[in-house]
Amino acid sequence: MSFIAKPKIAHPSLPRNALGMTRRDYEGALSTLCAGCGHDSITAAIVEACWGIAIEPHNLIKLSGIGCSSKTTAYFVSGAHGFNSVHGRMPSIGMGANAANRRLHYIGVSGDGDTLSIGLGQFCHAIRRNLNMLYIIENNGVYGLTKGQFSASADIGSKAKKGETNFQPPIDPVVLAMTLGATFVARSFSGDKEQLVPLIEAGLNHNGFALIDVLSPCVTFNDHEGSTKSYAYTREHYEPAVHTDFIPLQQEITAQYAPGEALPVVLHDGSRIVLRKLDSDYDPTDRGACTATIQERLKEEEYLTGLLFIGPGLPEFHELNETPDGPLNAVPYEMLCPGSAGMKKILARYR
Amino acid sequence: MSSSESKMINDFVIKIATVNGTGSASANMLLMKSIFRSGIPVMGKNYFPSNIQGLPTWYEIRVTKHGYVACSGRVDIMVAMNAETYSKDVREVAAGGYLVYDSTWPRPALLKREDITTLGVPFAKLCNENFNGVRTRILMKNICYAGVLAALLDLDIEHIRQLLAETYAKKPQLVASNMKAIELGFNYAKANFDCPLPLRVEKMDMTSGYIMMDGNTAAALGCLFAGATVAAWYPITPSTSLMDAFKAFSDRNRIDPQTGRKNFAFIQAEDELAAIGMVIGASWNGARAFTATSGPGISLMNEFLGLAYYAEVPAVVFDIQRVGPSTGMPTRTQQSDIMTCAYASHGDTRQVCLYPANAEECFYMAVQAFDLAERLQTPILVLSDIDIGMNDWMCREFKWDDAYRPDRGKILDKSAIEKLEKFYRYVDKDGDGIPYRTLPGVHPKGAYFTRGSGHTQFGVYTEDSADYQLLLDRLLGKWATAKKLVPRAVIDATASSELGIVSLGSCDGAVREAMDLLSARGVALDYMRVRAFPFSEDVDRFLAAHAVIFIVEQNRDAQFRALLTVETAVEKSKLRSILHYAGLPITSRFIVDGVLAEIRPDAASRAAAVR
Repeated sequence: MSFIAKPKIAHPSLPRNALGMTRRDYEGALSTLCAGCGHDSITAAIVEACWGIAIEPHNLIKLSGIGCSSKTTAYFVSGAHGFNSVHGRMPSIGMGANAANRRLHYIGVSGDGDTLSIGLGQFCHAIRRNLNMLYIIENNGVYGLTKGQFSASADIGSKAKKGETNFQPPIDPVVLAMTLGATFVARSFSGDKEQLVPLIEAGLNHNGFALIDVLSPCVTFNDHEGSTKSYAYTREHYEPAVHTDFIPLQQEITAQYAPGEALPVVLHDGSRIVLRKLDSDYDPTDRGACTATIQERLKEEEYLTGLLFIGPGLPEFHELNETPDGPLNAVPYEMLCPGSAGMKKILARYR
Repeated sequence: MSSSESKMINDFVIKIATVNGTGSASANMLLMKSIFRSGIPVMGKNYFPSNIQGLPTWYEIRVTKHGYVACSGRVDIMVAMNAETYSKDVREVAAGGYLVYDSTWPRPALLKREDITTLGVPFAKLCNENFNGVRTRILMKNICYAGVLAALLDLDIEHIRQLLAETYAKKPQLVASNMKAIELGFNYAKANFDCPLPLRVEKMDMTSGYIMMDGNTAAALGCLFAGATVAAWYPITPSTSLMDAFKAFSDRNRIDPQTGRKNFAFIQAEDELAAIGMVIGASWNGARAFTATSGPGISLMNEFLGLAYYAEVPAVVFDIQRVGPSTGMPTRTQQSDIMTCAYASHGDTRQVCLYPANAEECFYMAVQAFDLAERLQTPILVLSDIDIGMNDWMCREFKWDDAYRPDRGKILDKSAIEKLEKFYRYVDKDGDGIPYRTLPGVHPKGAYFTRGSGHTQFGVYTEDSADYQLLLDRLLGKWATAKKLVPRAVIDATASSELGIVSLGSCDGAVREAMDLLSARGVALDYMRVRAFPFSEDVDRFLAAHAVIFIVEQNRDAQFRALLTVETAVEKSKLRSILHYAGLPITSRFIVDGVLAEIRPDAASRAAAVR
């Protein structure tokens, strides 16, 4: 980590977004992670995406659990509200917060340790409820803060830094999310910012639970020969299946897509994503086929990446719950309390 | 009428032994409410198994002209409908009492008692002759005993008819069949026994202005009136009915008339770990949120409760205590979470606890819990139990003051944030240990970072000793403020007695009756019922003012007494425990015996020998 404080002065020529803010306005505290950590690249992509779609910082809620990944919510958008909770239980904080105010943007950052072990239950149930949030897993196959134990995403045969081999099968969050009915499932790589930024932009605008599993090598404990989550291994074994362009509401589609190749999807707020299939047989709206292909490729030790599945139109939590369009925390008390007249009516049944 | 007869009017106990899942609950409700509607104070206790169908269950109805609210420890009439528990049930009847049983089949002679009156009613035969279908016959057998009791006790059968009409307003054909069963029993008793018995009811006027409600329903009503909008929970006996009641109240009272939308979110969580997380997340984001659980859930919630204490997030948790340790006996009552709640979570944590004594207090304390949680920015644990939560209590009609507005505590609104140069989350501006907070999405200057890791008063991560200690010590300052804000103890003291008696929660009714009984025997006691933790200063004063103090509570390890010795200056040697942990509600007799054993050891042993 660096000990030099970042100056807050922005050069006048820095580009500004629709709110007149520069990228610097979306940065956070200095990272305390190891130099070269994949997580820092993801942080940079989040900054880029939040700036790109011009989220008002104080309307963004950053949630996390415990671990290296969970620390990163302090390193982006310092003008947002952050909640660094307990191990594996960020989804429940997110559920409660979202229940209280559905009108904010929710981004959760977790790791493979936080999500796939103690947090597995809460992760699954957040998907079941279609909680409207973007959930990023910074996946490195290892426990960093406790110094190098295997996590539940470690592949069979992967070697730890100290030499031992993992023999237990991994839990793949992407396959899991597919089987649980997730409506936005993506995989990416911390080293591929070009792919990651539009995915984050799209995920933040998706109405429902959006998962991005980001392979994010741990330079200190899992970047050696024999590791299947190292930079070198990931670069060799990841394969973009779908290219994603995110097009904000106010912007026109300018890119040229070959007929039959592009698949535009209109998001909740009117913004669009255009998916470009890199493999003509892959249909990112067919849950069954996608799941099968992702699993087949995993067996071949290949990570398909991109927006692997999108199922627009499925109701998120508040739609099912029939809560008002506005925030629940802003309903006037007078509308919540039946008052003394209401009390009389209620008590009549208890005589 | 002899004086012994008049003594038995409106002052006796009926116990009904049945099998669960056979409809006896409706029969018991009919009996209890018809007595209540005759203007006579009544108490009902349900002793039920952790099971859906087929295990023994008992219901105790105490008709009490004095308005006592606890069990006396005596049974005057036993309705023994369950062959499995028959021999035990017969033994329980007090000498001179009555036994009603199903005489369809011969009764084993060995269970015969000469000192009680046995009233055989061929319930099964009557119902088999008059109803079709196995299930109907079983259900009607139970309704039938209500008819028998109506005749024996001189109950107004019109009250029963009216209650049935209200219950089955949408299924009038059920009113007719239930009334038929009532009349079968009523007429059989009239024709075969000397009705009414000397022990019977006579109309009074002591229940107007009162309702009958269980504590869980009352607490749910409190949540509704307090303006709670987010309810997250995981099903666990005996707290589930609190959430069910909140849902039912909300479905009727919280639908926006214009839009039809629901002004509440009701979330069944995947477990208690998630339930408390949702409550904390929602409270952090400005909604009034709560959960209800029982001991096992409290154990699971500990880690998050520590986070809420340290990060200073409001939360309201109802703990409907049941018998522990572990799964224990889920449908039996106890006050055994006192310690674990007071210090819930690792590290130096202290949690504010409220101890309601009855259903009425569950309502008012529920409202108060939300105000305290937001004022103090900390979890408030409301410790009820099965006895309070799941039994119907006679309570005064709840009064609602339309001028009430929620105390949201120190939340800075948009204009207040606007005026600040910079917002710091954990600075003690007012010297009361309570900092100011902001809500997300209100103002760009209001943003801050909430964390369970070490933080400075400015809300920044720290591992610095001085910064850490400053914050931890400020939390102690907040605890001192809490002491002044929580409900004070209820003290009934003449100051003339050297003897004190102290209790909390559902012990209250039994202690009050025990004091009357002891006073009749020349033993005067000063009484204090503690209603909250931290203990207010009056608790210290009461303990200091008495030479010997009985501490009454319902657990094995004297948890309440231990908490008093840790958190007040009381000398341990002055305290005498009266501990009840049988899983059934404490009786007044148990307390009388406990006090006498201490101050008059001879008298107590004589009393024990007689029993």
